[in-house]
Amino acid sequence: MSEFIIPNLGDGVAQGDVLKVLVKAGDAIKIDQPVLELETDKATIEVPSDVEGKVTEIKVKPGDKVKPGQAVLTLEGASGANGASGASGAKAEAPKQDAAPAPPAPEAPKAPQAPEAPQAPQVTERPKASVTNISSARPQAAAPAPPPPVAPSHVTSAPAAPSVRRLAREIGVDVSQVPGTGPGGRITQDDIKEFAKRVMNSLGSNGQAAAATGAGRAVGVGPALPDFAKWGEIERKPMTGIRRKTAEHLSHAWNAIPHVTQFDKADITALEQVRKKYRPEVEKAGGNLTVTAIAAKVVASALKVFPQFNASVDQAGDSIVYKKYVNVGIAVDTENGLLVPVLRNVDQKNLIQLSVEIQQLAEKAKARKLSIDEMSGGSMSISNLGGIGGTAFTPIVNWPEVAILGISRGGFEPVWNGKEFEPRQMLPLSLSYDHRLIDGADAIRFLRWVAEALENPFALTLRG
Amino acid sequence: MSAHVAVIGAGPGGYAAAFYAADLGMKVTLIDNEKNPGGVCLYRGCIPSKALLHVAKLLDESKHAKEWGIEFGAAKIDIDKLRDYKNRVVEKLTSGTGQVSKFRKVNYIQGWASIIDPTTIKVKKGDATDEIVNVDYMILALGSLPTKIPSLSINSPRVLDSTGALDLPEIPKSMLVIGGGYIGLELGSVYAALGTKVSVVEMTPGLLPGADRDLVKFLAQRVEKTFEKVMVSTKVTAMKADERSVTVNFEGEGAPKEAAYDYVLVSIGRRPNAKIDGLDRTKVKVTDKGFIETDGQRRTAEPTIFAIGDVAGEPMLAHKASHEARVAVEAIEGQKAVFEPAAIPAVVFTDPEIAWAGITEAEAEKQGLKVEVAKFPWPASGRAIAIDRVDGMTKLIIDPETERILGVGLAGSGAGELIAEGVVAIEMGMTASDLKLSIHPHPTLSETLMEAAEVFFGQATHVYKPRKKSS
Repeated sequence: MSEFIIPNLGDGVAQGDVLKVLVKAGDAIKIDQPVLELETDKATIEVPSDVEGKVTEIKVKPGDKVKPGQAVLTLEGASGANGASGASGAKAEAPKQDAAPAPPAPEAPKAPQAPEAPQAPQVTERPKASVTNISSARPQAAAPAPPPPVAPSHVTSAPAAPSVRRLAREIGVDVSQVPGTGPGGRITQDDIKEFAKRVMNSLGSNGQAAAATGAGRAVGVGPALPDFAKWGEIERKPMTGIRRKTAEHLSHAWNAIPHVTQFDKADITALEQVRKKYRPEVEKAGGNLTVTAIAAKVVASALKVFPQFNASVDQAGDSIVYKKYVNVGIAVDTENGLLVPVLRNVDQKNLIQLSVEIQQLAEKAKARKLSIDEMSGGSMSISNLGGIGGTAFTPIVNWPEVAILGISRGGFEPVWNGKEFEPRQMLPLSLSYDHRLIDGADAIRFLRWVAEALENPFALTLRG
Repeated sequence: MSAHVAVIGAGPGGYAAAFYAADLGMKVTLIDNEKNPGGVCLYRGCIPSKALLHVAKLLDESKHAKEWGIEFGAAKIDIDKLRDYKNRVVEKLTSGTGQVSKFRKVNYIQGWASIIDPTTIKVKKGDATDEIVNVDYMILALGSLPTKIPSLSINSPRVLDSTGALDLPEIPKSMLVIGGGYIGLELGSVYAALGTKVSVVEMTPGLLPGADRDLVKFLAQRVEKTFEKVMVSTKVTAMKADERSVTVNFEGEGAPKEAAYDYVLVSIGRRPNAKIDGLDRTKVKVTDKGFIETDGQRRTAEPTIFAIGDVAGEPMLAHKASHEARVAVEAIEGQKAVFEPAAIPAVVFTDPEIAWAGITEAEAEKQGLKVEVAKFPWPASGRAIAIDRVDGMTKLIIDPETERILGVGLAGSGAGELIAEGVVAIEMGMTASDLKLSIHPHPTLSETLMEAAEVFFGQATHVYKPRKKSS
């Protein structure tokens, strides 16, 4: 007899709602076979088994809340990493990218092209992501060093006296998020007050309210809504986990970051010819050579030239974090909401590899199979809405990143070449950036660099 | 606050709610079928059973005294007088609650309540008249009833439930207790002390399912001696009663196929009593186990109706009900109260008593929590030796990382009183050091808690047990 125990679901994910149980009693399951579909506040994920055996008992049903460490299946003749007592740190990643290349997918990100009919946009949508490290979003996490709090361990409830728990409740602090400074991580009245004070302060300065408190959440809500039913029929639906997380994350990004958006256009007439030429080759490899893929590569090169775009502002720690890796987030529009999977080490991959990867990530996003890991750790994000339309937009920076590139619908325009107007295919670019770290001049330099690289792919090889 | 709150059911949950609401200035109506507030606990449960257990303990000790050189001879028991004493205990306490109810100007109505709509209650009173009560809020404190299963529900004066057993119809020669839970063991102990040959039959492999085995062991050893027979892993398959006895068929190893007893006490548990007329005229939901569904504030799906106590969920314990009562009343007042205890103590008032709070060892294991258990055996306690009751143990269940006390378990004489300190320790997030560094009076059994904490550090004065090197 053994049990399957919910593994660590990723950074900052404390629990999930069971959407589906993918096995039934009597099933023989194998290691890595998905057994549960969970909705966390970050994403919907499939949890693969790390044990094998025959399922004798299923202890959860759809709608139940589960936590890492919780036993959900009992197995017979089981073996594997996670025996009866083992909360081994097994990963909750969705199945790794399979070796088999995805079948040539229906319409991967459509490049903003000439006036073709808009293809069903896949990699598109508004800027912004649902992925952020909750723990770093907590205002207290980085505050100037109180004595290192003992992390409350896996135990039943927050170690706080009843009167302290009551105080927390009354002022709207989630006591489980308060670091205790007492022996054994015990939370004192002062810890609660200190925590509340820090939340209030961070609200005042840079809006880092986060979801740490009920009050913090309420901040984004604003004044009470009028009674809409007075004016006609209405329908009320609960927010999904992804929508709620998106709302919280975007409010936070909008509040925390002084945004500026810079517009430009890139002449992609030449690029489009090259792109068409090499498309079949990429297709053969199982990818689609899209403008998004090319932009990812260009942005990756630009990030090396302009390191302040591959950085994060640590206001509480009074420092700037520069990243030595180059990961690019790609906003994907799905039925369930906006997701931003992250392409890793873009600087080390060629366009064929990137095209295939984008395709795979987009499909996973739509199938709700992205793991938390696959949506974390971006350097900068790209949001390509060109497949749908638009001439320009002001994307919101995917905090804690400091810049985001928006792409709108490209098309032919008359361009003055010094003698006459010439039809050139122009691609509108919108760069939003965090003005705390990036100055306007740097931003337009960055955007010009990107535009020139798109105009003349050779520039990339030359300067990138 | 001038809201009108009606509390239906006046057990330790209901009357606590009514009194607290009155103290907060609300207008309160308390409805129950008994003459005074008290409920099962005061009338037919905790209190009368404790009166009888007190007598049982005296009887046992008087026999035990022989070993100390004192002999009383055989006890003469006047069952009518004993019953009368028990009734006086109940009368004293319930008339007391009646008094404080009046002092608080609670409108106490004796009768059966039914719900007309979420703000209207009809009470059928003893004189067959109806009274309509209009309220802003309701608190349902409807309690629980002994579980009945059809095969064991024989209509015979010889087949008792806990209520019947507390009425002491006589001192029978023999009695079978069906169910090895706390009710059966407490009442069984009473009858055994009075001279009845008591047998117990329990379906699961051990007495007191849910309690840690190392604690139950002390009680099991004791009842092996004081009871006629203890049959575990045994089912009752049939039962029939005639005028003189009840014949019971068993299925289980070590159990006879058939045996006859003067009386049978059926104590297989309690079920929530959510059957109040008119509940379907509200949005209140009842779970498939029969509990009224509530949120953390004990608010039902009907926002002005709350439910507390046995009817609102496990564990069905008076002290849980009265705590919930305060939460519900504070919620009505608009406070942000939530029912979220870190520990709800459980006490079995047998002799020795068994008590625990917080997490049990078995639960910790089930949840895969890494814990360390520090045990202090009572043979090392001066007080336990002095009173000749070394059949006990005190243990702490500790988180090795933070050294916080997550659970406390006790077996032994007076364990029910000692567990309170454990509850405070858990609620306060106390570490083993805190307990170790608090001076406990000598010589008392309470020292066993302090010394158990010392055991955790491998430094107990009266126990030599060096601490294992933690890896």
